[in-house]
Amino acid sequence: MSASPTLVARTGSFFHRYANPGRFLKLGARLQPWLTWPAITLTLLGLGWGLFFSPADWQQGDSVRIMYVHVPAAILASVGYAGLAVCAVLSLVWRHPLADLAAVEIGPVGACITALCLATGSLWGKPMWGTWWVWDARLTSVLVLFFLYLGHITLIRAFDDPQRGYRAAAILALAGAVDLPIIKFSVQWWNTLHQPDSITLTGAPTMSSSMLWPLGLSTLGISLGFAALVLARTRAAVMESRIQALLSSPRRNQGNAA
Amino acid sequence: MTHLPYIAASYGLALVLSLTLAFNAAWRLKTARTRLATLERGSLRPVQPATRPETAPHSTDTHTS
Repeated sequence: MSASPTLVARTGSFFHRYANPGRFLKLGARLQPWLTWPAITLTLLGLGWGLFFSPADWQQGDSVRIMYVHVPAAILASVGYAGLAVCAVLSLVWRHPLADLAAVEIGPVGACITALCLATGSLWGKPMWGTWWVWDARLTSVLVLFFLYLGHITLIRAFDDPQRGYRAAAILALAGAVDLPIIKFSVQWWNTLHQPDSITLTGAPTMSSSMLWPLGLSTLGISLGFAALVLARTRAAVMESRIQALLSSPRRNQGNAA
Repeated sequence: MTHLPYIAASYGLALVLSLTLAFNAAWRLKTARTRLATLERGSLRPVQPATRPETAPHSTDTHTS
């Protein structure tokens, strides 16, 4: 019966290895260009290919090109929230200080990408469905995800004591994770206007490879861009907290008082 | 190209959003790095009184006149 506490302790010590701000900043600085430059290259390549060289859809015409922005945004909206849930577990179980800072930084980026998903979905829906919005299960569950992001951003900054904000936001992130399977399976569980998934893990894609390649490149590029943004923001947050600590250190205050 | 305004709006929105987030992150990193470097340089020096009282006698002063 002692295996499980040992596992928890070992996992905790693994994660705490990167709780050291100096070690994280060193690793982050080394990782940043490896995320940023491939992100820019792959995104430009994928979106350029999708916009100018991929074929138009036989039914949807050129409006299918919105897919190269909309699909990566939709995937990252869910993946970003899953990242928030992971940070919540790390914060609540192991009290990992970097998980709290990362959660603060994932929130706004995730909210922006969810807003982009909703906006591009509307821009795609208007010419195809004849309406900007329907209260369809997929659309509504993504809108709920957007509100969850907004709630998380607000809650994490709502308390004078940051630790209370981190804790409350972590609980919200965990509770809100229920929305992720609802988003994923909404097109199967309910009869929706939104089309079912064209790419699944188990079946062959129902999409031509001339569309699949630019979609894959733009998804990979935008995902790396998301990771690069979160890393850069978390690095900045770690430095800002170090600045706060230095400014409020007793030695410094003693010097100023003298 | 059919539905051009909708496609242009989608790509434009994606461009504006990604550039805003990227510039914001780069600006925060640059500001934090500069400020931290300045503070750490300051904290490495021995702590000294910021100002010496004007009226206090200077023990090391030499009066040659």
